[in-house]
Amino acid sequence: MIEFTNWDILRNLLLAARWTIALSLTAFIGGTIVGLLLTAMRLSGRRPLQWLVRGYVELFQGTPLLMQLFLVFFGLSLLGFDISAWAAAAFALTFFTSAFLTEIWRGCIDTLPRGQWEASRCLGLNFKQTLSRVILPQAVRVALAPTVGFSVQVVKGTALASIIGFVELTKAGTMLNNATFEPFKIFAMVALIYFALCYPLSLASQRLEKKFNGSR
Amino acid sequence: MALVNIDQVHKYYGDLHVLKGIDLKIDAGEVVSIIGRSGSGKSTLLRCMNGLEAYQHGGIVVDNKEVSSDEKQVRLLARSVGMVFQSFNLFPHLTVGENIMLAPKLVLKLSSKEARALAEDKLDKVGLAEKIDEYPDCLSGGQQQRVAIARALAMSPKVLLCDEITSALDPELVGEVLRVLEQLASEGMTLVLVTHEMNFARDVGDRVVFMHMGKVWESGPAKEVFENPTTPELKSFINAVL
Repeated sequence: MIEFTNWDILRNLLLAARWTIALSLTAFIGGTIVGLLLTAMRLSGRRPLQWLVRGYVELFQGTPLLMQLFLVFFGLSLLGFDISAWAAAAFALTFFTSAFLTEIWRGCIDTLPRGQWEASRCLGLNFKQTLSRVILPQAVRVALAPTVGFSVQVVKGTALASIIGFVELTKAGTMLNNATFEPFKIFAMVALIYFALCYPLSLASQRLEKKFNGSR
Repeated sequence: MALVNIDQVHKYYGDLHVLKGIDLKIDAGEVVSIIGRSGSGKSTLLRCMNGLEAYQHGGIVVDNKEVSSDEKQVRLLARSVGMVFQSFNLFPHLTVGENIMLAPKLVLKLSSKEARALAEDKLDKVGLAEKIDEYPDCLSGGQQQRVAIARALAMSPKVLLCDEITSALDPELVGEVLRVLEQLASEGMTLVLVTHEMNFARDVGDRVVFMHMGKVWESGPAKEVFENPTTPELKSFINAVL
């Protein structure tokens, strides 16, 4: 058995945490882009597109993230695509994030009074102009806090990628434990690192909520 | 041809028959007040005139343009028909000036400078020139509604539809909005108002249309309608509100 000092453990966990951060950022940025596309589709007023978006959102909200990971990872290999654990995790988390963000943003856009759409229509603005100049600037203010708040779920969601063998924070913790047999110490450290990542995000979310609550 | 031609218009909300064969012609320069109890269909009729609401039978032609709720047609109509709402519907994230300049810039393709001049001119008309750089939530309800009127006027509409535009205002703020309307009327603007301001309808309006159960129940020159209502429904309505 190899001897690990506390510093060795922490150093390795922190190195692995870089992958947790990378995966979170990828999923969040990818999820934002896909979510924006889905939101635009939903607002387009075209029925088939709206159904598609609704089906997508329901599918990813109604199934465990772990199953989504398995389906992407094992499903794509079955279809003959050689997909790495990193790519599978990035895709699955992107889908997951986009579905939830689409739903969060739907709520934010729906809180805007219908009169904003009607006034824009009566002034001759087209759909794109109404969305970009009237609806989105207002919706973004409302959406910022819950969106940042949801990013916490994304960070924690990346832990599941350990199960398909992607070496991020949780997987590194498991591996270190297998070598040292000090589960409490190691997983306490893992938890603390997750907390250090998530706490600033939820703090930012609370600040944003205060800032934009009730102001223009 | 009249500016607004409404011909046998029927509208349903599901099984509910809200407009039952409306005929109405409005000439350029006329001030027409649509009055009636809530649920009589007056706001719905107004919202059909610029395509905000679809209708199922009949036809509406405004300024020689067929009215439909088709997205393109609504945009085309926006150049002829302006609308002011009960709840103002100003854009809260934009200043007063930006509220007014938005559509002239995007739809009429005016330069920023031209749009700004236009906004100043229209704000001056409603007596709020000094508020151009304020945000709507710094203004009183009456001021916000006057900005909404200026915003509609900036598109130089042929007819201005006003949907109960004083109903959400504190009583002491109603007068300033009505004075703006009175001035517009005296300048020859065509106004169609759904209103509960009976004094305004009688004194400033040319014509009054009384709606009841989805029909034009009675209509005629404003003073005559108020002095000699012929139907019992209008008599009881006038007694209730005056």
